[in-house]
Amino acid sequence: MSLKINNLQATLENGTEILKGVNLEIPAGEIHAIMGPNGSGKSTLSKVISGHESYIVTAGNILLDGVDLSEMSIDERSRAGIFLAFQYPNEVPGVSNANFIRAALQARLPKGEEIDAVGYYKSLYEKMDLLEMDRKFTGRAVNEGFSGGEKKRNEILQMMMLEPKYCILDETDSGLDIDALKIVAKGVNAMRSPDRGMLLITHYQRLLDYIKPDHVHVMSEGRIVKSGGPELALELEENGYDFLKEPALV
Amino acid sequence: MSYQETATAILDEETHDAINVDRTKGDFTFPERNKFDAGWGLSSKTVDYICDVKQDPDWVREFRHKALAVFESKPMPTHWATEDLNNIHFDKIRYYLSDGEKPKRTWDEVPAEILETFERLGIPEQERAFLAGVEAQYDSEAAYSNMKEELTKQGVIFVTSAEGLKEHEEIFRPWFGKVIPTGDNKFSALNSAVFSGGSFIYIPKGVKLKQPLQAYFRINSESFGQFERTLIIADEGSEVMYMEGCTAPKFETATLHSAVVELVALKGAKIQYITVQNWSSNVFNLVTKRGLAMEDAEVRWIDCNIGSRLTMKYPGVVMKGERARGEVISIALANTGQHQDTGAKMIHAANNTTSNVVSKSISVGQGRSTYRGQVHIPKHLKGCKNNTECDALLINSNSRTDTYPAITVKGNRHATQHEASVSQVSEEMLFYMQQRGLDQGQAMSLAVNGFINDLVREFPMEYSVELKRLIDLEMEGSVG
Repeated sequence: MSLKINNLQATLENGTEILKGVNLEIPAGEIHAIMGPNGSGKSTLSKVISGHESYIVTAGNILLDGVDLSEMSIDERSRAGIFLAFQYPNEVPGVSNANFIRAALQARLPKGEEIDAVGYYKSLYEKMDLLEMDRKFTGRAVNEGFSGGEKKRNEILQMMMLEPKYCILDETDSGLDIDALKIVAKGVNAMRSPDRGMLLITHYQRLLDYIKPDHVHVMSEGRIVKSGGPELALELEENGYDFLKEPALV
Repeated sequence: MSYQETATAILDEETHDAINVDRTKGDFTFPERNKFDAGWGLSSKTVDYICDVKQDPDWVREFRHKALAVFESKPMPTHWATEDLNNIHFDKIRYYLSDGEKPKRTWDEVPAEILETFERLGIPEQERAFLAGVEAQYDSEAAYSNMKEELTKQGVIFVTSAEGLKEHEEIFRPWFGKVIPTGDNKFSALNSAVFSGGSFIYIPKGVKLKQPLQAYFRINSESFGQFERTLIIADEGSEVMYMEGCTAPKFETATLHSAVVELVALKGAKIQYITVQNWSSNVFNLVTKRGLAMEDAEVRWIDCNIGSRLTMKYPGVVMKGERARGEVISIALANTGQHQDTGAKMIHAANNTTSNVVSKSISVGQGRSTYRGQVHIPKHLKGCKNNTECDALLINSNSRTDTYPAITVKGNRHATQHEASVSQVSEEMLFYMQQRGLDQGQAMSLAVNGFINDLVREFPMEYSVELKRLIDLEMEGSVG
């Protein structure tokens, strides 16, 4: 059981190469972190895994527990178990958080089956309490007028409600103060499970103080250039990405 | 299996059932059907035919003939409105078919989408039978006739316009054609010449109806024109909510619906008029609606246009008494092949009158929505307020929206504000929703429902549920 990325290459519609052969396997039960400088392709990787239509996969594939995602649409991939916590979550004006999450859950049920409203709210409130979210969140339109921290917490709430097999968190730590970061980490850690794999995309070691990864990878210019244990993150924190410029590594 | 194939499969099964229903119910209920048909085209003979059949009093016959002359003298308003109006061929329309008109259609001529809509709206079996020709039973009056007794005791009148003008002439006649004069526009003149059906309502002083009155308008016959005429009079301090819905089968040829609705809210009265218009996409829907609000009275139009080929409708309120209030809340959804040309007219004619217009339109595919607003506040008045908000949502890159606000405010003792916005469902927003597991159609529906959410709340529960379902259906058919 794993999310396996094989020699993944992807371009923009105009042909610009972004991913130049990414190899990565995230077994269920493990947390992997990808670090790397701006423009290295980290966010693109998360979007390509999700099936974003602005990118064209030119080679390689992505296997979710052995199933090739290539021919699957964005929503099919989601229902198959891929969740992306967005770096910049979108607003959905006029649609309440509660209705949005409910619609997402409903989309996972067979036709004709309805979500049990009582059970739904019970589960929603439990998770909101854990994330220290005010009950008023349910009635507010998705991300509309939310602060940066509220948006990120909302992403984690959705993740907890949808219970995906593989979670990708794209710079979830950016724009969070330390208290908010701790709360978000609490939510993510609560999701840790032998059945679930996670990929954290981050610039900073800081997040990894609260969510301990099993493996750390460094991405540069569309490839994974270095992999190691949690100590690699500390190393990067100390020495930065300058080593990437050394000819030997390019 | 595609959407279209699924729908066709259901049609075949339903065709079979419906034909059976038709035979039994049709023969039994309407032995005299096909009796009254004014034939094709419009002339003074047509008008006389209608008068004879309806046994109109002389004053009505005279009213109709005068109106016909006005209609004939007025040009099509294509100098400001769409050229598509020229595709209405008045000689290829039948202007009067009685209740007992035998349906020319069979179920397999009813388009799959209407059938699908009915299935999913859960319209009861007997109402569905109407499509097989049991028209008089379809008007949803049965559901509300239980209330009739109770209302009658309170002195409420809820009858057809024909009954109104004959049985209640003393109330009917003084207001009939006064809020919307015959010559208001070409189509109000047309309606005045050939009107039939619609409601006459009178609410006595101080009577406040807790439950809404409802009417359902359906066109069943091809190349037919429906010209209902509604007059609602709310006497001093009374309150009434009236709801109307409408649908029609989709035929090869154009169908015309041209109603006139006049509301009179006397001192301190409140009238709310709610429309959910879901005509099929061959219907020209050209409707004139206006309310008169006297001192401290309130007229609210809540207007939702989802169907039709072309709708031109600008509900208005003339605020004739001090502190009168007028409101138009409208939602329009224009899909490919549709033009929703809607808006509002707010005529301030007394001091300290207040009007509010909130319009939201959604254009899908090559659909076009147009907002036309008129606000008129003359110089000699003071303390008048108007708020106008119009927001447009474009779903596809080739969708279209236009806004033509005309705000005439004279004098400086008034407050008006106007806000307009155009937005799009962005690719990134769709990606976000789809990443949560919603397919493209569901994501679009959710975005659209979110856009109009604050207005949908203004509709009574059962209508807002229907509205959301209709929008879901429209969006589902338009993507993927």
